[in-house]
Amino acid sequence: MELTASKFNKTTYITVGLVILLGLPAAAAAYTFLVLNHDPSFVNLNERLLPMSMEHPLGTDHLGRDVLTRILLGSRLTVGYGLLALLMAVAIGVPCGILAGFKGGFLDRFFMRIADAFQSFPDTIVAIVLSGLLGPGIENLLIAIVLVKWVNYARLVRSIVISERHKDYITMAKVNGLSPWRIMSKHLFPHIIGHVLVLASLDLGKIILLISSLSYIGLGAQPPAPEWGAMLNDSRPYFQSVPSLMVFPGLAIVFVVLLTNLLGDYLRDTFDVKKELSS
Amino acid sequence: MSLLELNNVSKTYKNGDAVLKNINFSLEKKECVGLVGESGCGKSTLARCILQLASVDEGEILFNGMALQNKNERNLRAYRRNIQTVMQNPATSLNPKLKIRDSLLDPYFQYGAQAALRHFQYTNERDFVKQLMEAVELPLELADRYPHELSGGQKQRITIARAISLEPALVVLDEPTSSLDILSQASILQLLDGLREQLELSYLFISHDLSAVNEMSQKILVMKDGSIVDRFKKEELFSESRHSYTKELISLYQ
Repeated sequence: MELTASKFNKTTYITVGLVILLGLPAAAAAYTFLVLNHDPSFVNLNERLLPMSMEHPLGTDHLGRDVLTRILLGSRLTVGYGLLALLMAVAIGVPCGILAGFKGGFLDRFFMRIADAFQSFPDTIVAIVLSGLLGPGIENLLIAIVLVKWVNYARLVRSIVISERHKDYITMAKVNGLSPWRIMSKHLFPHIIGHVLVLASLDLGKIILLISSLSYIGLGAQPPAPEWGAMLNDSRPYFQSVPSLMVFPGLAIVFVVLLTNLLGDYLRDTFDVKKELSS
Repeated sequence: MSLLELNNVSKTYKNGDAVLKNINFSLEKKECVGLVGESGCGKSTLARCILQLASVDEGEILFNGMALQNKNERNLRAYRRNIQTVMQNPATSLNPKLKIRDSLLDPYFQYGAQAALRHFQYTNERDFVKQLMEAVELPLELADRYPHELSGGQKQRITIARAISLEPALVVLDEPTSSLDILSQASILQLLDGLREQLELSYLFISHDLSAVNEMSQKILVMKDGSIVDRFKKEELFSESRHSYTKELISLYQ
């Protein structure tokens, strides 16, 4: 009984948290774009480094651009590219993992040796090297992140498929005459989806951090793009005089990463089937 | 022509252990052949070979006079609907993530549309599930539950329903009652016997339980260490000419 109650409370907290974390930026966005309507890249040197006001809720930067507008539009770059990178990594990793796990043999060894090669270096180092080789720019950074991240999904999915594929219900499906494709899509996919969603939501935070940190050192989004990491870099010289310039983009990153982690926890609770299976 | 014929079938594992040694037997249409033997004697391996889930090293397996081995998976799929199986453990035979209905519908989606059947008349998916649940004497509302919400006996009825859904010629029953309690065992055996009559099925009934095999089968094969050591008709079970190992098994069940 106690267990159910605590689980209910936890889920409720997470739901409330998610609503607040999604509602707050939505309200800010509504105010900014419907009421203020600033141009994010309009340079106005007369209004540079202004403090917070109703007109500029988070002040202006060293070129007189509205910080809140830039942070909100920056989410399209940081979060948007993060999501895109994640989707591409999942789209490559999951089929590779299913094929490697289900077919085994050469295909399995082939994919897993590539995965080993990528995993033998820390993600950040590989991403820096790749985006260094491909040249700075957020598209190249995206490619680098996808190349680093697909491996995690391939490995996860492969291990699940290997643990499931010799179970009796797969044998029964085979005897029933199902094609390998149907066995993968109907019988194996439901086992994979929950795990992939949880890993993906936790990974999104890491990818966002990676995009921001590489943009901070100049390998990702290029000025004047309002990417959060790039904004942090732009405002570095003003850190002592106008600290809010660095604090707010930083908070935006914290906010989104926290959101993705909460989402990950929520999904893990929702898809947790261990209780169901043990009964 | 026999429905199923095994000629000199042998299989050796990679480590050199011979698991099937020179197996010969045939199974006629509408017949139930029992296969008894202790655990590890090769019964389940033989079942896997007949179901084309494992290969044989020597000999041939003929189904309706047609050799099944060395067919690739794509060609084999056309035969699969004719040879179905019910496995030992109903808990693992059903995908825990799918509702009973979705597991049952596997054969329907694979063959249902073109299957010409004698007994069942399926017009759509709902009808398919309804008729099968009736055939195995389960209430229809169980179809919308998950496997963990059903008892062992109910789950085994579901796997039987899936096996018989396309009226296969042969069903390989691999210890279908060994993980069930005594009462469920009896009712499952009764159900299987009834379905055989009704749908004109043939069974290869594999078990270590000689009394169950004797109840179900017309012919009985006794297997020991990968070979068939004794074969006889049901009524000859207590005959003096039985192999010593068969007599040993009989004494265990008396």
